[in-house]
Amino acid sequence: MAVLAKCPTGIAGFDEISDGGLPRGRPTLIAGHAGAGKTLFALECVLHGIEKYQEPGVFVSFEETPEELAVNVASLGYDLVRHQEANQLRILHIDLDPAELIETGEYDLDGVFLRLGMAIDAVGARRIALDAMGNLFSAFTDLRILRAEFRRLMSWLKDRGVTAVVTTERGIDSITRHGLEEYIADCVVTLDNRVEDQVATRRLRIVKFRGSAHGGDECPFVLDRNGVSVIPVASAGLAYPASSERVSSGIESLDAMLSGGIFRGSSMLVSGTSGTGKSSIAAQMVDAACRRGERCLYVALEESPDQIERNMTSIGFDLAQWRRPGLLHFHAARPTSSGLESHLTTLARLVGEFRPQVAVIDPITSYHVTTSEERVKLMLIRAADLFKSQGITSLFTALTVGGEAPESTSVAISSLVDVWLLLRSIESAGERTRGLYVCKARGMSHSNQVREFLLTENGVHLVDLLLDADGQVLTGSARLLHQRRRESEAQTREATERRRRAVLENRRRVVEARIEVMRAEYEAELHALEAELEQENSRMRSAERAFADLAARRSRVGPDNR
Amino acid sequence: MNDDNPRQDDSTRNPSLWELRLYIAGQTPKSLAAIANLRRICDDHLAGRYRVEVIDLLVTPELAEGDQIIAIPTLVRTLPEPIRRIIGDLSNTEKALVGLQLKPQAV
Repeated sequence: MAVLAKCPTGIAGFDEISDGGLPRGRPTLIAGHAGAGKTLFALECVLHGIEKYQEPGVFVSFEETPEELAVNVASLGYDLVRHQEANQLRILHIDLDPAELIETGEYDLDGVFLRLGMAIDAVGARRIALDAMGNLFSAFTDLRILRAEFRRLMSWLKDRGVTAVVTTERGIDSITRHGLEEYIADCVVTLDNRVEDQVATRRLRIVKFRGSAHGGDECPFVLDRNGVSVIPVASAGLAYPASSERVSSGIESLDAMLSGGIFRGSSMLVSGTSGTGKSSIAAQMVDAACRRGERCLYVALEESPDQIERNMTSIGFDLAQWRRPGLLHFHAARPTSSGLESHLTTLARLVGEFRPQVAVIDPITSYHVTTSEERVKLMLIRAADLFKSQGITSLFTALTVGGEAPESTSVAISSLVDVWLLLRSIESAGERTRGLYVCKARGMSHSNQVREFLLTENGVHLVDLLLDADGQVLTGSARLLHQRRRESEAQTREATERRRRAVLENRRRVVEARIEVMRAEYEAELHALEAELEQENSRMRSAERAFADLAARRSRVGPDNR
Repeated sequence: MNDDNPRQDDSTRNPSLWELRLYIAGQTPKSLAAIANLRRICDDHLAGRYRVEVIDLLVTPELAEGDQIIAIPTLVRTLPEPIRRIIGDLSNTEKALVGLQLKPQAV
């Protein structure tokens, strides 16, 4: 079986959810209430065909005049007159004045067929839009004829191989008021504009698409200055490539905790109670990325860019310097200023225009203000997918409310992100300090330790936590105190050592002194002895002399001898 | 359309000349029926003061746009003014007469 050929609408997001666009050469029914955006959707299908795909088109209006249409789309940048002059577009206004449609018997709509045929032939149209088909049905009374003619019109368009978009009003119990869905079997799309929580949300759903894969979900869409944009519920799917390149989070010690930084294109959630330093981590990451020459998109939902910049100077970051070279782009908007969907499309547009490598949403929990958590989660899934599909490293901050378990409130999004940093205040010894730990880090070995988190004049620093003898975590002053105590203990030990060394030295000196004394005594004794011996010797010598004299005298016999 | 003024009715019903244009697309049974029915109505109500032009859009399709033709057959009364249009094969004579203002609309 041949694969169904598709005709891209060129409408952002729609071609993704419809797996390529509308069924080529076949009619598609667009049903919606008044103001749901049917006309613009149909018109864009034709105009994108002309501008993007070189396929001329015909727009048949059963409602608005060509002048009204031209005015309505001029704000979107479409120049209908130019396309008509270039023979790419025909606008056919089929005026249905019921007063002029008095039915006097059998008839058919060959007049419409003829006029369509001429318009199609005139520009070689590949696409045609029939806007507000319901008006045709309302103008005639003989619905039997109308139904038959509508059926004939659809098969006539198929025979001509023109891709057709037929818009009509929604019915109360059926998809369309006149049951047109019975005649268009290939593709049926409904548009819807609902107000929930005081915020209007447009939704689009492909009800039926014969022979094609399509997401059956209701997808939000917006009409803004860029026309229709559909936000696929999960268009990026999970088919994005995963980079193994590591990028720095801007905090060296955090990179170390994550064994070398976070993966490029991964998403990081930083959650914590008020004032735990979430924005500071974001700022540091942005600063580091800009330093690498990468473009950063900072979506600020609670603070103005100026305020963020001012606050970040207190921890040593001059973010303003990155705005001028166009590396940092702030987008500040209150979440209440518009619906989630238009926030998301704005995001998608910014990503498309600015092409950032790093994106920050600070804080995602602001979205909860206006709407339910479930819708916020859906929106964040899309935002995360959007970033991932573009390889953008993203950081979301989330505020957790004091009293709740810090892990609980971020559960909705935490399963989506790759890295989850949990910041918590640690209260001990009468003060609060900040602790950080890595709750999860997909595909990375990471430290499971809590680190103390310091906001200094030079940014964020993480320090190893101290444990005291009882295994208690010491932070802040307690850590300082502990450090002091350890320092003073060391000092004491040093002093003791010095003192003991001095004592020993003294002893050495005493001993030496004593040795000196003893030597002196010894020498004195030696002296005395020598002196004594000398005396004795000299006495001996004089005695000997005296004895010798006596002996000499005795040996001389003479007169003197009496 | 209930008109109580008999003088205006008379002037509308009896103008000097009626100009009628019948749009058809080929010699279909509906077209042929419309032509026959129109002839009958004209003979019965406008004898001697009408002119009918039959336009086959298969021959001159560009005329469909100018006269804003939607249904086939369409009968356009160009005179007397204002222009009136009725659609169908005119087999419902009553409705055709009302549509052409040859007869006031039933209350």
